[in-house]
Amino acid sequence: MIQFNQISMRFGGMVAINNCSFDIPGGQITGLIGPNGAGKTTAFNIIAGHLIPSAGQVLFDDKDITRMPSHKRQALGMSRTFQLAHEFGRMSVLENLMVAASNPAGESILNAIFRPKRGQEAEHQAYNDAMETLRFLEISNLQDEFAANLSGGQKKLLELGRALMQKPRIILLDEIGAGVNRTLLGKIADKIDQLNKTSGYTFCLIEHDLDYVSRLCDSVVVLAQGELLMKGTVDEVRNDQRVIEAYFGGGKYEDYA
Amino acid sequence: MTADGLFFYFVAFMTMGGIYAILCLALNMQWGFGGLFNAGIAGFYAVGAYTGAILTSARSASHVGGFDLPIVVGLIVAGILSGLVGWAIARICVRLKADYLAMASIGIAEIIRLIVVNEEWLTNGSLGIAGIPRPLEKLFNGREAELVFVVFVWILVAVTYLVAQRLRVSPWGRVMRAIRDNDVAAASIGKDIQRFQTETFIVGAVFMGIAGALSAHYFKFFSPDATEPLLVTFLTWVMLIAGGSGNNRGAIAGALIIWAIWSLTEMLTNQLPTEWATRSAYIRMLLIGLFLQFVLQRFRSGLVPEKPPELRPR
Repeated sequence: MIQFNQISMRFGGMVAINNCSFDIPGGQITGLIGPNGAGKTTAFNIIAGHLIPSAGQVLFDDKDITRMPSHKRQALGMSRTFQLAHEFGRMSVLENLMVAASNPAGESILNAIFRPKRGQEAEHQAYNDAMETLRFLEISNLQDEFAANLSGGQKKLLELGRALMQKPRIILLDEIGAGVNRTLLGKIADKIDQLNKTSGYTFCLIEHDLDYVSRLCDSVVVLAQGELLMKGTVDEVRNDQRVIEAYFGGGKYEDYA
Repeated sequence: MTADGLFFYFVAFMTMGGIYAILCLALNMQWGFGGLFNAGIAGFYAVGAYTGAILTSARSASHVGGFDLPIVVGLIVAGILSGLVGWAIARICVRLKADYLAMASIGIAEIIRLIVVNEEWLTNGSLGIAGIPRPLEKLFNGREAELVFVVFVWILVAVTYLVAQRLRVSPWGRVMRAIRDNDVAAASIGKDIQRFQTETFIVGAVFMGIAGALSAHYFKFFSPDATEPLLVTFLTWVMLIAGGSGNNRGAIAGALIIWAIWSLTEMLTNQLPTEWATRSAYIRMLLIGLFLQFVLQRFRSGLVPEKPPELRPR
């Protein structure tokens, strides 16, 4: 579904990603792993359009979207969550979800001033979808809370909910599990699994916790220091010497001894 | 002071208070919903005031026009011109982060002020424009005219409030508040940030221009002194922050309360000995500052804080 094609990304003299290629196949859950500074989040930002790569292309269903602005990619069916929750703090949880729905008529300023009835249909739809999403994520009790007052884990659920509200085909999850307690983590994994298996959503997730990755992912892409280290199934990756070295720094020890 | 005198003091108070309420609602559209730090309110106010003055005053040898047009036409054109200036500025500046937008807008307001002072053919320079009419001037005079004008001002406050309120509860307003809270996330859910920010900047500028034109009609005479940033930009900001940024009623309440402090303290400072009286304006500013401190210590989000709009369940 998404092809990451020979991408390089430089920030000044720093090379964050160096000539890296991988695919995110539709209908699957793909994991993107690697030690800190491997370029995972940079890769996400390139796919989501927050960064334009120095070289290479991003293809979505074989269409080149490398330079498409981030707000237009949502219409293609792509949505994302952030490593640090990006909630809309001074809006209620329900509003946080409703705003993610698309309502071109209601979002026109002239309609808002002169024809406030326009867009009501989409507004009803957004309201119902948001209530449904809250039920699915089991946070209906929080609907009127300001999003800024939620706990870290609840904010992550809200992010997932906001991604779902856009009715995307693929959801990019950037460390949805970071800073979330075990119980909630398990719950989030169940929801992701359910969305993939029963509703056919494609996922690509960045995660540090290898157990979490093995539980969810069909295939894994490993990055290290901006380069593609390997791709394969979870078991292949887990037992690969290069991955172990990249994660635990094995072999480098002698250099310092 | 007689009861009559007191009443007309109140009428004068409500007239200026109403004009400030419009400015404050307009700033609330830009800052309260949109998070756009416009520190150049005085610029839009001046564009509106001079547009209204030039279009509606009688022909004059000392500056372009006047065109003797109806006041309503003047107000509409003042709003449109101020909105166009807002559009031009938004095109260039709206992508700037809050503090940079503040600097850019101060600069632009200063450019507008210098144009007003120096382009004498247009504005009669520092001598100002005289003979600006008030609505229904021929039918009423004296104190009746004051009453007519205060009603006229508050009708426009009501219109501004209605627009601001419709904007706030609409899906458009919700997107606007989302962009204010987190622009990166708003872009990731498919919202064109620049489009929304430009729109809210323009609509705020339109009402700032209308407020400027209203004050020109109220004073009947308009010179660059009336666009003093301390009196226009600074006071409006204090009003919005004290009243409750993001809340339209808070914006109106803040405008009236701060204007009350500003005008009532004038009575007090008038009692001061002469060597102090010359400093009275600064003493009053200090009082306003102290009051803002007090409000923000006790009510962090202003006197009437922002609430999410009711979502009608169905």
